[in-house]
Amino acid sequence: MRSRRFLLDKVLISLVCMSVVIAIVPLASILYYVTIRGLPAMNPGFFTKLPPLPLPGAPGGLGNAIQGTLILVGLAACIGLPFGVLSGIYVSEYGKNFYGLTVRFLGDVLVGNPSIVVGILGFILLFRPFHGDNLYAGVFSLSIIMIPIVSIATAEALNLVPSSIREASAALGIRKWRTSLLVVSNAKSGVATGALLATARVMGEAAPLILTVGWSNFWYAGPTAPVASLTYAIWSFGTSGLQNWVNLAWGAAFFLIVMVIAINLAVRLLTRGRITYA
Amino acid sequence: MGAGRSRADIVFKALVLVFASSIVALTLAFFYELTTGSSYTLGEGFAFITSSTWGGSIGNFFGVLPAVYGSLVTSAIALLIGVPISLGVAIFLSELSPGHLRSPVSFVVELLAAVPSVVYGLWGIFIMVPFLTHNIYPLFRTYLGFLPIFQGYPTGQLPGASILDGGVVLAIMIIPIVSSISRDALQAVPDSQREAAYALGATRTEAIRISVLSYARSGILASIFLGLGRAFGETIAVAMVVGDTQRFSVSLFSPGYTLASLIVTQFTEATGPAYISALVEAGLVLLVVVFLTNIAARYLISRLAKSREAASYL
Repeated sequence: MRSRRFLLDKVLISLVCMSVVIAIVPLASILYYVTIRGLPAMNPGFFTKLPPLPLPGAPGGLGNAIQGTLILVGLAACIGLPFGVLSGIYVSEYGKNFYGLTVRFLGDVLVGNPSIVVGILGFILLFRPFHGDNLYAGVFSLSIIMIPIVSIATAEALNLVPSSIREASAALGIRKWRTSLLVVSNAKSGVATGALLATARVMGEAAPLILTVGWSNFWYAGPTAPVASLTYAIWSFGTSGLQNWVNLAWGAAFFLIVMVIAINLAVRLLTRGRITYA
Repeated sequence: MGAGRSRADIVFKALVLVFASSIVALTLAFFYELTTGSSYTLGEGFAFITSSTWGGSIGNFFGVLPAVYGSLVTSAIALLIGVPISLGVAIFLSELSPGHLRSPVSFVVELLAAVPSVVYGLWGIFIMVPFLTHNIYPLFRTYLGFLPIFQGYPTGQLPGASILDGGVVLAIMIIPIVSSISRDALQAVPDSQREAAYALGATRTEAIRISVLSYARSGILASIFLGLGRAFGETIAVAMVVGDTQRFSVSLFSPGYTLASLIVTQFTEATGPAYISALVEAGLVLLVVVFLTNIAARYLISRLAKSREAASYL
């Protein structure tokens, strides 16, 4: 009886350890294949040339997609980060009331909102007025994905700042708004973490871009034209069946993964040991 | 002029209040715009989700039953595979892991959340689906072929994109969220619970089962709700591996589609107000379902936080 219990214990513990291995296998496989298939596509032309014609062996790169992703994500960050950080300041420093709790709760819920639904909102509000794919609709969609993520990360980082700092500041007669900024500067690394993770997240978004900015085979041609992006290239080139396009899709995946992992490692360094999750 | 009432203070408070209100405004905008945007098909009522007639570019009646079925089945497969693995990871991290492994293992599992979903899709088409089709699914056919869900395709003729593939990709994608939230729930269990079980002579797994898992029930349930929301709304990765065929089949090996994959694959081709309205309404269904699962999860988590606070005063 006793030995059966201990045997069961051993079996269950090995199952638990096995599940960790099973969880890691897909990541290892993704990193392995993205590297061995994507790395060969990394050459100067990948960054500087336009996509090739759909002919076997035609040379080309994804320069326009890299440019488009940088423009889209850069502009989205210009909107998403200030909105997110300021609303996080409200939730943490002024939000100990019903409205503040509501904002906090809705932020939590919006973080899980499917990105395709965000794309539909971008389509309705900004695609239709311009009668076609445009930069504004894409930037809007990406920035509203960022806002709740940054807001929650900021609020959580500010909550970790000891209240003694707020009290000391108030005791010195420093005004509340200066005190709030002081609290923010004490929570810099937490706020930066949220900002970086949100940026990494929207860099990998494809669904909203498909609905709002579409794809262009050419360089950026103004805000009311379609804009190319790396994620769209992976989606359309990856499923094209043409070998040189598929190779570019793997190259784009490699480039994205390197960026995303670099950002995550940066976050790891910023937080140093504090456990966070995206 | 007191410290709390200066003009700068009022301006700053108003400023952050306005920016915070963007979150409320966005929430309202989602529901308002998706409801008005689907006005052409909203009048169908529940027939929209119980009918499988798809008007396309010529018809004006739209039903998304096959997509609802696809979303439900892929999400169910994702939970069936993903939750046990995630719980294993959570138990390992919270109860068993030696200190020096805890941080690297949780970092690696969290990286799964950082991989863009379109990269999951690319890896899915070229690596995962061929692997499963050639090495794993034949085993299902051999040993479980008597079940209708594993029938329909002769050996060697599996279509190479299916509902089951969609479910497996989703299972991988929900592991980070389910495991990190349930790990938090397990770590919140007071040590006195574990000590009580050990004092009664329990083995490690008995202690985990009796005193840790049952104590952390509601947190684990919350993590499952979050995983469900994630799986239900996930778009690109599923769209790339699920096959995208408008046929209805019981076999999990057959291609199908989900609400989200339907939207992303047809939106750019949709012509006519009724067609677009139908796709927007599919988005509305997604929005409502995911909102409800996330609200349930957040409610459970906030209750957990309160009970933890209460426990810390004891």
